[in-house]
Amino acid sequence: MSVSKKLLATAAVAAFVGSTGLASAVTEVQWWHAMGGTNGERVNKIATDFNATQSEYKVVPTYKGNYTETMTAAVAAFRAKKQPHIVQVFEVGTATMMAAKGAVYPVEQMMKDAGEPFDKSIYLPAVISYYQTPTGDLLSMPFNSSTPVLWYNKDAFKKAGVSNPPKTWNEMKSASEKLVAAGYKCGFSFGWQSWVMIENYSSWHNLAIGTKENGFAGLDTKFTFNNDKVKARLASIASWSKDKLFTYGGRRGDSLSMFTNGECGMWMNSSAYYGSIKKQAKFEAGQAMLPLDTDAASKPQNSIIGGATLWVLKGRDKADYKGVAKFLTYLSSPEVQAWWHQETGYVPITTPAYELSKKQGFYKTHPGTDTAIKQLSLNKPTPNSRGLRFGNFVQIRDILNEEMEAIWSGKKTAANALDEAASRGDKLLRKFERANK
Amino acid sequence: MLKRVHFGPSALPYLLVTPQILITIVFFIWPASQALYQSLLIQDAFGLSTEFVWFENFQTLFEDHYYLDAFDRTIFFSVLVASLSMGFSLMLAAMADRVIKGATIYRTLLIWPYAVAPVVAGALWVFMFDPTLGIFTYMLMAFGYEWNHKLNGGEAMTLVVIASAWKQVAYNFLFFLAGMQSIPKSLIEAAAIDGAGPIRRFWTIILPLISPTTFFLLVVNIVYAFFETFGIVHAVTQGGPAKSTEILVYKVFNDGFVGLDLGGSAAQSVILMAMVIGLTVIQFRYVEKKVEYS
Repeated sequence: MSVSKKLLATAAVAAFVGSTGLASAVTEVQWWHAMGGTNGERVNKIATDFNATQSEYKVVPTYKGNYTETMTAAVAAFRAKKQPHIVQVFEVGTATMMAAKGAVYPVEQMMKDAGEPFDKSIYLPAVISYYQTPTGDLLSMPFNSSTPVLWYNKDAFKKAGVSNPPKTWNEMKSASEKLVAAGYKCGFSFGWQSWVMIENYSSWHNLAIGTKENGFAGLDTKFTFNNDKVKARLASIASWSKDKLFTYGGRRGDSLSMFTNGECGMWMNSSAYYGSIKKQAKFEAGQAMLPLDTDAASKPQNSIIGGATLWVLKGRDKADYKGVAKFLTYLSSPEVQAWWHQETGYVPITTPAYELSKKQGFYKTHPGTDTAIKQLSLNKPTPNSRGLRFGNFVQIRDILNEEMEAIWSGKKTAANALDEAASRGDKLLRKFERANK
Repeated sequence: MLKRVHFGPSALPYLLVTPQILITIVFFIWPASQALYQSLLIQDAFGLSTEFVWFENFQTLFEDHYYLDAFDRTIFFSVLVASLSMGFSLMLAAMADRVIKGATIYRTLLIWPYAVAPVVAGALWVFMFDPTLGIFTYMLMAFGYEWNHKLNGGEAMTLVVIASAWKQVAYNFLFFLAGMQSIPKSLIEAAAIDGAGPIRRFWTIILPLISPTTFFLLVVNIVYAFFETFGIVHAVTQGGPAKSTEILVYKVFNDGFVGLDLGGSAAQSVILMAMVIGLTVIQFRYVEKKVEYS
């Protein structure tokens, strides 16, 4: 080999290290994820621990930015034929991934092809129902699933004289009034507002978000979240913001600091903020179930999950998928899941992991941490509370963010904003239907 | 009749321009033609099913009043950014031009912000104006003003405009200062002897003489506000609240990379491309002809 050829070969190898790995005895499995900060370190630990259990495969986790960035990166990589084996996609990307039949390798199928034993019955129904085909095949592996809960500041409650966390929206109002009267800047706030206040509000009260079983039964679905109940609830929340019972604090988890600083006594958002709240809040925080709207339903149904699953992408060496299968088995083992659940506040995805956490006494020493899982499995999911499957939902959530922001700032009434959101959303649904014929 | 000088045909000139042409093709012509082609398609995210729809993506855009609103918003935003940053840097340059002691330090400090990446600039302003933690929010609170750019669109726009203008002040300052220093001292001295004060001299001598610089900067600033402010918008507001800071270039990103609507996003970038071409033509055709270059 001449010098120049050697150089060329080195350069070529260097260029491909990131995407395909060195050709050696160890098969690399690329895992792109969206877990930054502490959760990113936990993801790395899972991979390192798995790598230590065997010597054939090496899982290489790569942080690709937030959920949308990670999904876009995987899509772009697929188009350039440089896709990772495993990519973490958030729940609203499910319809997009499902429609890409040539790109995704359904997990259940992959496990079977790789000869890896796979028992679907151990997974929690509320978690996997979101990711199953109409015939029940599991498409992607649930990894980090959470559900919105009502976080509350126990110290503030004591100071304001609120004895119990509110169970209904009427109690939300009176608790907020007491908090504000006790000098708090706001009663409550929430984040991920489309997920918490539209999607979960609907499933919690067994209301349809869209036709065709929330999109599970076909692409020709239309939104129905602009119903009187959602409208009335959002309108009343908007009217409360005048007295600071409610304050809007931005999209996603932006309003977290309002809760952890002690400005707002209550906060509705993912149970997975457990780690952050424990770290940042200088008070004792509690978790309770979401409040019931007695005007909308007489009893709560069940909440739906958020978070992400791991999708396996097609187009890599057949032998690699054995490693992928082994890793997914390791990932859903009770020990790994129980550890992940207890550290992060995400719900355990299997019953054995839940049982293990119980046996370890975690819920006794950390009261309230089983709120999420109790909420998810409160009742058998109905077509309205199984989850949702709408195309272009990432954009539709943005539309909902925009329209809801218009409600909070008083630019639009709740009724106008929700009608507008539904009609804008329907347009995107039609576009998706057309692009995925 | 003119006598023509003939050189024998030679490959050398072609060879010499090849690198430039290759770069242009690879980095400009090819991506641009890809965008053009993509703008005529409706395609799913993974590129597995494609439908050729001619100009339907464009038609949808122009029927979408949110897109037209983004147009107005971008013009409003660009005019504000360009006038604010140019006005402010003109003032600074006029002062710096007169400074004698410590001029280098003063200038160096003023040029610094230019080295800051747009996203970092955005992050700085986000920290200072954070509704809960920001120092400026805290100060405004002392005056009884409650700042929350996450909810108030006007405040969000103000913040994005200030951050974008601040970032561009250094660049404008450099050009204005260079323009002012190239004005012959004799002109200004003559005016001074005639009894014109500093302000009069600025309006009647300096400003007209730096007009070529001003026009050049105007085009550069508008292009900057249209395209390069993406990083700032992304870091500060991400287009929110309720689209109130979603300018055209941010919408391209949002629809294409977040929403994975590649056809619609490509159509928008084709429109933006046409606008840059238009701006460049205006700059070369009209502005350069009408401005006095001494």
